[in-house]
Amino acid sequence: MKYNQYADGFSPAPTYLKNCLLAFAVGGAICETGYLIKAGIMAAGADEETAATWSTVALICGAQLITGLGWYNTLGKIGGAGAAVPITGFANSVVSPALEYKKEGIIFGTGAKIFSLAGPVLAVGFSVSTAAGIVYKLLGAV
Amino acid sequence: MNIDIMEMVRVFAVGGGICVIGQLLLDFTNLNAPKILVLFVAAGGILTALGLYQPLVDFAGSGATVPLPGFGYSLVRGVLEEAASEGWLGVLTGGIKNAAAGITAAVVFGYLVALIFDPKSKR
Repeated sequence: MKYNQYADGFSPAPTYLKNCLLAFAVGGAICETGYLIKAGIMAAGADEETAATWSTVALICGAQLITGLGWYNTLGKIGGAGAAVPITGFANSVVSPALEYKKEGIIFGTGAKIFSLAGPVLAVGFSVSTAAGIVYKLLGAV
Repeated sequence: MNIDIMEMVRVFAVGGGICVIGQLLLDFTNLNAPKILVLFVAAGGILTALGLYQPLVDFAGSGATVPLPGFGYSLVRGVLEEAASEGWLGVLTGGIKNAAAGITAAVVFGYLVALIFDPKSKR
């Protein structure tokens, strides 16, 4: 028996399919939660745009509370990208480093680290959207 | 409450599907989760500017707006709408304005949670 074959016997089975299924399930469930919150707020009489905005706010605050309680990491371990890619993953990335660096003070520790992962997302997001606006303007499309 | 079962299926399928793309990038490339978040926001913004993301939002609603490409979509849509109504200044104001509730909630509530909870409670 060659070494590789021998070693393969002890390596974990490929988990790629399982990872994808879990990401699908967790990510889909988070989006579904957003949809249900939106539908609930619309049932209370709000228009779709307003309800969607409130739903986003609820997902963000809910995910951050869960992060504070220490449960979002568990969800991340199960769902992988399914927990990271929805807006709740962004909300988690705001709190996580801020909690970690609390010992450096609540202004320049917590206050700064809020943006250590969110900063790149906002910088790139704002830049792409501004560039899109400039291109549209120059082309006379808006 | 008006719940559409077919819309629920579309929300789950598209939202879950976008996360599967993220998972494949995690498993088969050297990108880590923060890089994927940045990539997805940029991709959502660019696809919106090309007119390709709006059809997905019309089709799947929350399934397309809750994942991070939806944040890029929201920024670009805000910029384009306000650029149309307000001119050049709208290019600078429209994006954040359209995403203001989410950004402010994430920063303020995130700050509050980080102040209230103890780092050791984070597993």
